[in-house]
Amino acid sequence: MAAATAGARPRFQPKRRLGRRKATNAVAIGLMGLCVLLALLPLVSLLAYVIERGARALSLTALVHAPAPSVDGGGGFGQAIVGSVILLAIAALVGIPWGVLTAVYLSEYARGRLGRVVRFFSDVLTGIPTLVTGLVVYGLLVVALGSFSALAGGVALGLIMLPIVARGSEEMLNLVPDSLREAGLALGMPKWKVTLRIVVPTAAKGIVTANLLAIARASGETAPLIVTVLGSNFFTTKLLGTPIAALPLYIFQNATQPDPVKIRLAWAATLVLISFVLVLSLLARLIGRGSRVTE
Amino acid sequence: MSKQVEIKDLSLYFGAHRAVADVTMTIGAHEVTAIIGPSGCGKSTLLRSLNRMHELVPGARHEGEVLLDGEDVYARDPVAVRRSVGMVFQRPNPFPTMSVFDNVVAGLRLNGVRDKKLLKEVAEHSLRQAGMWEELGGRLDTGGARLSGGQQQRLCIARAIAVQPEVLLMDEPCSALDPISTLKIEDLLRELKNEYTIVIVTHNMQQAARVSDSTAFFTIEKAGEPGRLIEYDDTEKIFTKPSNPTTERYISGRFG
Amino acid sequence: MAEQQPPARAGRGQPLAVTIRLPAERKRTVPEEVTSERERALAPRAPAAPQRRSLRSLAGPGGAWGDRTFRWLVTGMAVALLGLVAVLFYELSANARPLIARDGLSFVWRNVWDVPRDIFGARALLVGTLVSSLIAVVLAVPVALGISLFLTEVAPRWLRQPISSLVELLAAVPSVAFGFWGLLVLVPIMARTVNPFLIKVLGWTGLFEAPQFGVSLVTAGVVLAVMILPIVAAISREVFTVVPSDQREAAFALGATKWESIRMAVLPYSRAGIVGAVVLGLGRAMGETMAVVFVIGNSPQITSNLLAPGASITAQIANTFAEVSTTGHQLNALLYLALLLFFVTLVVNVAARLLVWRTSAVAGGVR
Repeated sequence: MAAATAGARPRFQPKRRLGRRKATNAVAIGLMGLCVLLALLPLVSLLAYVIERGARALSLTALVHAPAPSVDGGGGFGQAIVGSVILLAIAALVGIPWGVLTAVYLSEYARGRLGRVVRFFSDVLTGIPTLVTGLVVYGLLVVALGSFSALAGGVALGLIMLPIVARGSEEMLNLVPDSLREAGLALGMPKWKVTLRIVVPTAAKGIVTANLLAIARASGETAPLIVTVLGSNFFTTKLLGTPIAALPLYIFQNATQPDPVKIRLAWAATLVLISFVLVLSLLARLIGRGSRVTE
Repeated sequence: MSKQVEIKDLSLYFGAHRAVADVTMTIGAHEVTAIIGPSGCGKSTLLRSLNRMHELVPGARHEGEVLLDGEDVYARDPVAVRRSVGMVFQRPNPFPTMSVFDNVVAGLRLNGVRDKKLLKEVAEHSLRQAGMWEELGGRLDTGGARLSGGQQQRLCIARAIAVQPEVLLMDEPCSALDPISTLKIEDLLRELKNEYTIVIVTHNMQQAARVSDSTAFFTIEKAGEPGRLIEYDDTEKIFTKPSNPTTERYISGRFG
Repeated sequence: MAEQQPPARAGRGQPLAVTIRLPAERKRTVPEEVTSERERALAPRAPAAPQRRSLRSLAGPGGAWGDRTFRWLVTGMAVALLGLVAVLFYELSANARPLIARDGLSFVWRNVWDVPRDIFGARALLVGTLVSSLIAVVLAVPVALGISLFLTEVAPRWLRQPISSLVELLAAVPSVAFGFWGLLVLVPIMARTVNPFLIKVLGWTGLFEAPQFGVSLVTAGVVLAVMILPIVAAISREVFTVVPSDQREAAFALGATKWESIRMAVLPYSRAGIVGAVVLGLGRAMGETMAVVFVIGNSPQITSNLLAPGASITAQIANTFAEVSTTGHQLNALLYLALLLFFVTLVVNVAARLLVWRTSAVAGGVR
């Protein structure tokens, strides 16, 4: 057949010697490892500074008191902690139910076009700069209601959380095997009961994980708060009518002041914020590990 | 150019699990040797140990020797071994972002060959040997993935022989192809063995009977046991008068 | 008693033995006969035997009504999400409208920011946003690709989780922390060591000149690079994982080294996905506020000197918002800026998603 007509075989000698190829290989792999170290550099540097300087400035006063004139030692950022807690609570109320219900839609009810569009725009929402989201809420709630407020800030954070919660929860719901749904339907349960009583509880741990991570993310957001809550030096729990403080906002406002006392307190606040985010993320991971669906 | 492969007391492990045990056989030069046996008995694992692809799996190890013309492949650099021992896989895997030409000469380029004239010569020679020159000679720019299954597999064969290996390993090369492509490739093997030593794993006994000169039969005695070489002999003898009763039972379809 | 049903048909209705683990830790095994029940419920056949019918009554009356309400509820929330995007766009343009009405598109290419005289132009800010983001991409993408290749192709299994976790840690740290760190730690390093070096070695390009104070587009680019690194790495990693192992094996069988197999099999296959990851990183960098506002210098000007203080859209808004004047169009100008940013990041993000989705579709995955 054809092979017989192939003719004389052309000779070739390998030009690139094996040694050089292996050397290139080693260098390439070394560079990749270097990239990993390079990425860790800023992380390690940041954590080192935060822990060192933050721990030094951290005290009960700092955590519990409101700011005081620097000459008195600066006071603290207790009002910012309280503010952050309030804002996150509102954000959770806004973002979590909406997000989880959207996730339920995407995983259980979405058909064809609408489903694809919703999922696509949910992805798009994650890409919107948080400052922009904040400005929109500024227009909607601050201008309309006449003042900066915790409500505005909480809503802004909630809207930022929304797509994260939706996508994360949807992934968890999709992990629930169809056989469970079928079993419920086979027992005669209507679809909504199957969803609420079987599917969601099975995915519950994963959904909680997704939500905790979203809250951790929201707790670090500063830009939207600049334009919705403005920040404050006083304790307040009012949801409307007055600006409120928040931890990341406090850090921003203090870190740029040429006052060493304020800067020290900013490090302490950064330590508190990072610790909070890390603890939350760890918690989310631990909870997530306990989530198992077996077939 | 082709050499014989001597396998001595070869056992293959994945971690603690022994997949293939105590294989000793000599694969003759310029021959097509078929390895047959039921699924999951280690045929592919054995094949892959011949060009050291088996050790790409983390935790894989071997005991024993595989001698290519007297030299243990495990004593050489694996990259060098794989140039001498080529492989064609069950599912055709041409590089989809490369043209036919680029696919065929991919191995040559790895070795630093840049001379365009030489590359074209080798490409033509390999494609002719693989029986593809008439179909594709004028269309060397076609994307590798645009071909039919049978063409892709013959492209992979051309790619493998372009680097001028001594041994060509084929892991169920026709199982994903239609009967016509299968026949074309089987015809090819008969020609290729003039230049290469060919080892083909196949679960299709009739194919083994058609194309091979020698046949090795592998199987697992019991679940959890490693695969073992049961019988290795001339193809004609294996299929008409096998010495081992297990071989006989497999050939006559009583299991597998 | 109930007649035994014939065995379920192949295909739909395979017999199931399922253990449902509900949060109350109740273990219930659904027996085979229930599947037969579903068979009969779905197929138009003879009515169920009496015992089976009682199972149906578990649903209770109004099952259909409950279904409809619930469906409306979840669909409504999902559609509301779409509405949200529309609201975002509308709000921004409404609040920017006075300035749009007055200046139209000239705002976009004018280079001025004069509050007392009420004249505003976005050009310097747009350029600053773009340049700092491009610097971030140039710095972050090679490192991110290096990390993801390391994780998918090189690292032994036990090393993957720790490195992954560290990269996730990087992603978890709030940007305000990195901005703060950038100001107090990075800026002095840039001013004392890196910038002089850049001036010495690359000054001939005209891009790096004295005087410099550490705060600059370049420094902002560095901090942004740290911020976008995790997401570019995460997406690239997904893209590389999707490359079929067939391809790598083909390369190895030809005698390729590990790096050669990456160059031959993994990278070409992932081209579209990598571009998508890069574009996504760019979009993220453009929208970042806190990473830039500390270190960019906040001086709206366009110069070719990358080491001079600059400004970006987000930094400008963040810095001037608190003291914005109630007269004049300053607030409108800030919102106009936000509208521009919204559009740009929207386009970039959509492009990126399309690229990344296309790769997974090509590989046969379903997203």
